[in-house]
Amino acid sequence: MSRRTQYLLFALWVILLASTPLWASNYVVRLAVTIAMFTALTLSWNFIGGFTGYPSFSTAAFFGLGCYAGALSERAGVPMLLAWGIATLVVGAFAAALGAIILRLKGHYFAIGSIGVVEVVRLVISSWGSLTGGGDGLNLPLLAGGPNVVARIFLAVMLAIMIVTFLITVVVDRSRLGFGLRCIQQNEDAANMAGVNVTLYKVIAFTLSALFCGTIGAAYASWTGYIDPSDSFSILMSIKVPVMCLLGGPGTILGPVIGTAAFTLLEEVFWANFLDYNRAILGVVIVILIFFLPGGLLGLSYRDAMARIGGMFGRTKAAA
Amino acid sequence: MDYLQTLVNGIVLGTLYACLAVGFSLVWGVLNVINMLHGSLIIFGGYLTYFAWHSYGIHPLLALPAVSLLMFAIGYLTQLTMINRVVNQPVLTTLTLTFGLDLILYNFMTVYYTATPRRVTLDLGVVDLGGVVIPFDRLLGMALALILTGILYLMMKRSKIGRAIVAVRMDSAAAALMGIKVNSIYAITFGIGSLMAGATGAIFAMVYPVTTNLSGAYLGKAFVVCVVGGLGSVQGALVGGIVLGIIESFAGQFFGPQHALTVGFLLMLVLLVVRPTGLTGVKGYE
Amino acid sequence: MTILVAERVSRNFGGIRAIDDLSFALKEGEIVALIGPNGAGKTTLVNLLTGVLRPSSGHIRFEGQDVTAQRPFEAARRGLARTFQIVQPFPKMTVLENVAAAALFGGKQESVAAAMAMAREQLEFTGLTQFSERSAAALTLAGRKRLELAKSMAMNPKVLMLDEVNAGLNGSEIDGALRLIRQIADRGVTILVIEHLMKVVLSLAQRVLVLHHGQLIAEGSANEIVRNPRVIEAYLGEKFARRFTAEAAHG
Repeated sequence: MSRRTQYLLFALWVILLASTPLWASNYVVRLAVTIAMFTALTLSWNFIGGFTGYPSFSTAAFFGLGCYAGALSERAGVPMLLAWGIATLVVGAFAAALGAIILRLKGHYFAIGSIGVVEVVRLVISSWGSLTGGGDGLNLPLLAGGPNVVARIFLAVMLAIMIVTFLITVVVDRSRLGFGLRCIQQNEDAANMAGVNVTLYKVIAFTLSALFCGTIGAAYASWTGYIDPSDSFSILMSIKVPVMCLLGGPGTILGPVIGTAAFTLLEEVFWANFLDYNRAILGVVIVILIFFLPGGLLGLSYRDAMARIGGMFGRTKAAA
Repeated sequence: MDYLQTLVNGIVLGTLYACLAVGFSLVWGVLNVINMLHGSLIIFGGYLTYFAWHSYGIHPLLALPAVSLLMFAIGYLTQLTMINRVVNQPVLTTLTLTFGLDLILYNFMTVYYTATPRRVTLDLGVVDLGGVVIPFDRLLGMALALILTGILYLMMKRSKIGRAIVAVRMDSAAAALMGIKVNSIYAITFGIGSLMAGATGAIFAMVYPVTTNLSGAYLGKAFVVCVVGGLGSVQGALVGGIVLGIIESFAGQFFGPQHALTVGFLLMLVLLVVRPTGLTGVKGYE
Repeated sequence: MTILVAERVSRNFGGIRAIDDLSFALKEGEIVALIGPNGAGKTTLVNLLTGVLRPSSGHIRFEGQDVTAQRPFEAARRGLARTFQIVQPFPKMTVLENVAAAALFGGKQESVAAAMAMAREQLEFTGLTQFSERSAAALTLAGRKRLELAKSMAMNPKVLMLDEVNAGLNGSEIDGALRLIRQIADRGVTILVIEHLMKVVLSLAQRVLVLHHGQLIAEGSANEIVRNPRVIEAYLGEKFARRFTAEAAHG
């Protein structure tokens, strides 16, 4: 798919989502906000997980920190947009510092370290009751206009963040940074020998992966008006985001967008029709994804997929 | 603060943690797969035991062997049909797959059993050893945990299969060249992992409430024990478990019980950076 | 003009002394061969010189600067390039992209486009142009060795260390490699070759360093070191060395 086509598809998708208030129900508008939000989260994750190949599960930590940084700022009287800016910077700084330490780990150890971070941050926030309200959560000043108007505002906000992360993805993809990250992903030692400052690049990718999670977290907090530790730091989010990226095609520009769209729509269908079993069905989707879509939807080769399905029914050797 | 009591509490707790983690540690160390199913498998073992007791009056001690065998079979089959396909793939793939499987199991348990905590009430009272008080059910749990891990340890050291597993853990290519059927060993190891999880669940059913809500917490503990103690060995799980138990016990006394968890995770993070091989020094693959 | 100096460099691994109090100097534009039996420490030495390993003691100077504590990417950017015995390409990239990576980072090219241009130049130099768009993983062994050379050259090196670049190649492939190496030397690059094949050593090297058990046991022209008793002893054992020198004395 040529770049022009990719940009065009993205633009069309944005327009579609942005136009939902004009032709769809309030429920669908909220769904569009969710899609925009998760697309931005997935595009962010793509920097560290897709381009660099480090399986981070820290998305929830960055999102949650953003929620709290934003909420605390707003409660201290800071205007909403500025609070979001503060949250972005706080989360970015946190990720840079954390990255310098944790990016020394590889593979499984890095994955576990990144999950551990979510747990520790969550537990710290839960315990620091005097500052964060602990398990009771925090309330934020509600926005005027009623839920439907507010939803439209946040559709615009999330779409804006989504567009920004997409643009940054495009720039990184074509730049020296992107090239270097791809080298690191394929062979970190060889990248080092070829002159790539591996540590610096990894930290940059990790920080990029966190930055807008912070913004989104703060915006989300402003939108819902109430946050608590278990919602803000949900491990499920940390797992869903990589799965969405895997589904679409990691390390590509459009992969996260397609993957998030497909995943969220599937989830909606299952949630609406099989409420009790929606988690199990999500699980089945994941299992199918792993077995049949190794490169995500964008990496799909129908011949490969057919061969795999055929291979499950009989020990067929791959065609010579 | 009664140091001795806190220490003993920690040790008792630690042996339970060791039993909880040993199956997880083996699977990780030998197959290089992080089994996100582990927590749910423990709960599943717990539910099976609970319902054997509740509906058929079977005492948990009797149910333990049956549950263990059933769980072994489940694990063996799961590995053979699904996990085996991804054994050599990157972390994200294997972790996501086991997470997907976990979602399925978790959901079915929640729907079938509901999340209401179930308790096997045995009313066994407490034991007083010179001023140190231990609830009898925990003591029983500790004994069983030690017996199980002991049997596993002996099996790994003495039996042919145990040695094959260790060989595969050290170098699967070399093991294959020596005639070991690596895929079978993988399946058996995963089966053992499930067995230990289920057995732990059966033991825990006597001590703790059984509810799907605890699945994540158990998994988290298993992680910490592995990182603290070292992967792929029974000794590692024992050391890691007991160390974690003691630390949590003291942390709970100093900072309050709600912080015990945080301290555990912080310890894990620090160790990951400083000494990922854990206290017994066996490194997992990367 | 000395360009690279190792000053009493040692490296320990636990109880093993892999490199023992080693000192030598490379002059600009030289071609020097580094030989020695298996396990002598040749690759370890190259690793020390390029920042992959840090010396346990001693210093390394490059163009007068102390670079003992450098990291691999810094070495690459300074102009200290090396090839690997076991070739490590970027498997999912094309041959062109592999070389462009080296040009962009180690070679400090200004942009991806400039790096691609430099890469094309080096591919032509090493005769790999027809493989530009192929995946690096699809090359034959000889092709991969040339790719390594092209990558190193793309970094505009001042010193190039070739680690067993001829291992696994047949006779004509080796001749081709030798031609390339001479052309590289003609461009003014200082070359250090680690070699097992005496044919290569004799035809290329102006000077030979002999390593054994991590120590430098001989240094001199190719002809000198072949007759050096210590060298013979290192390769063939004490008994043969005594017999050889005895025969030489009587012959």
